[in-house]
Amino acid sequence: MYDTLIIGAGMSGLAAGIRLAYFDQRVCILERHHTIGGLNSFYRLRGRDYDVGLHALTNFTPKGAKKGPLARLLRQLRFQWEDFSLSQQIGSAIRFPGVELRFDNNIELLESEIAGRFPGQIDGFRKLQQRLADYDELDGALFQLSSRKILSELIDEPLLVEMLLCPLMWYGNACQHDMNFGMFSVMFRAIFLEGFARPLAGVRLILKNMVKRFRSLGGELKLRAGVERIKVENGRATGVVLEDGTELAARRIISSAGLVETFRMCEDSSRVAAPAPGALSFAESISILDRQPQEMGHDRTIVFYNDSDRFHWDSPSDELLDVRTGVICSPNNYQYGSDEGQLPDGVIRITSLASFDRWTTLPDEEYPVQKLRWYDRMAASAVRFMPDFRHRVIDTDMFTPRTIRRFTWHERGAVYGAPDKRLDGTTHLPNLFLCGNDQGYVGIVGSIVSGITVANRHCLQD
Amino acid sequence: MTPAEIREEILDILGDIAPDEDLSTLKDDVAFRDQLELDSMDFLDIVMELRKRHRIQIPEEDYGNLASMASTVAYLTPRMKDIAPKS
Repeated sequence: MYDTLIIGAGMSGLAAGIRLAYFDQRVCILERHHTIGGLNSFYRLRGRDYDVGLHALTNFTPKGAKKGPLARLLRQLRFQWEDFSLSQQIGSAIRFPGVELRFDNNIELLESEIAGRFPGQIDGFRKLQQRLADYDELDGALFQLSSRKILSELIDEPLLVEMLLCPLMWYGNACQHDMNFGMFSVMFRAIFLEGFARPLAGVRLILKNMVKRFRSLGGELKLRAGVERIKVENGRATGVVLEDGTELAARRIISSAGLVETFRMCEDSSRVAAPAPGALSFAESISILDRQPQEMGHDRTIVFYNDSDRFHWDSPSDELLDVRTGVICSPNNYQYGSDEGQLPDGVIRITSLASFDRWTTLPDEEYPVQKLRWYDRMAASAVRFMPDFRHRVIDTDMFTPRTIRRFTWHERGAVYGAPDKRLDGTTHLPNLFLCGNDQGYVGIVGSIVSGITVANRHCLQD
Repeated sequence: MTPAEIREEILDILGDIAPDEDLSTLKDDVAFRDQLELDSMDFLDIVMELRKRHRIQIPEEDYGNLASMASTVAYLTPRMKDIAPKS
């Protein structure tokens, strides 16, 4: 009998596991895949290391900062700041036709960019910041307000509203078209007030540190251990049945599998209304270059681009991808320490909005052809907003909604999960809890904080 | 443990929870909250560390007793008097 079973060895499941194992619980993490990480995993292909999803770790705060989610998670997991080996971004940009807003990990750059490009709007932008400072994250009614409505009340230049929404939606909005104000507030802080950083070795460094800590505290981790169903007796979860038939009993379960996905695993799911899955899925192309991006005049860490004055954040309906907007990430463009060196190759990652239905209904022989075709279209769209890198490409990889579904089991390949978040982590069963991006927070720091919060609130105090 | 030993133990716990804090200037009769950057998660950790280290259960309604060093030591003294200090 386990005190707690955790479904999923991603950031949130590992964080919850560390908390519970540290306080002497008997805890086991069950991971369906043959490796750890979930949405933030890593792999090796043709002799090169790749991150699955990491563009940037958001919520960066410097060593010694006592406030903010990064400082909080380090304290809670008893990590040193140095354990994550974070290097800050060089600087990022939001690029729309004819206008650019640059930003970095100091809000003053964005403020001066807005004052320069949109002089009439800087007061509105400062009012928005004040509104965000006063916002109470725990107020559920406020969380649901429309960001578009609140922004348009404070800023009367629609282009600026679109430009501010673009990066915040790209890095964490599970809803189409609009974004609820709670998530806007979380993402504004994560991206504009705190900012981007990355370990030179990528996400594997953070994951490996977390697994090592979890195991050293006596936690068990089972890979290739997919949960077939969650057993329910008398309105309580009693354990799980794995796909190989193994049964494990537990006093409680934390699932990072997602709201809909977890719900489907429950034996009693037919008696409860099914929640709606998310609709937004992505494709990403990864180009390995024969030189560093800075040698081609590209020094931005992340570029969020959109090719018209109106930012569209919807799942594409008539094409496999929507390449009108995208994110260009270069993991080379961080301020790595002189003792650390640099990534061996230049890397350009480009993300586009993708249609889950269209990618998953493609005939098998058609799939690789479409990947090639859309790789080219993604690159052609992106080079309108950065130097043309296409003649420097020496290797490529690409993931689509199919890949996301296969490795993360997220319904509809929805990277940011369901549109309705369960902020308190509760479910229809009193001893089954959610952590991870359907509990409310996204990104690496958000996921880790989610695991910690759910473990603290529901699994430690009894 | 004597009150002085309990105080040392609490300082040790605070050092684990908030390694960047300077605890040498901590005032015993001022709330932790007013002199350290501790949030509710950190307060939970004081409770959890006492349980982990000494098997002391502190019910949620008593958490208010852990507001300052003086009140914490006063609250814990009868509860920890039979616990041997770490050598």
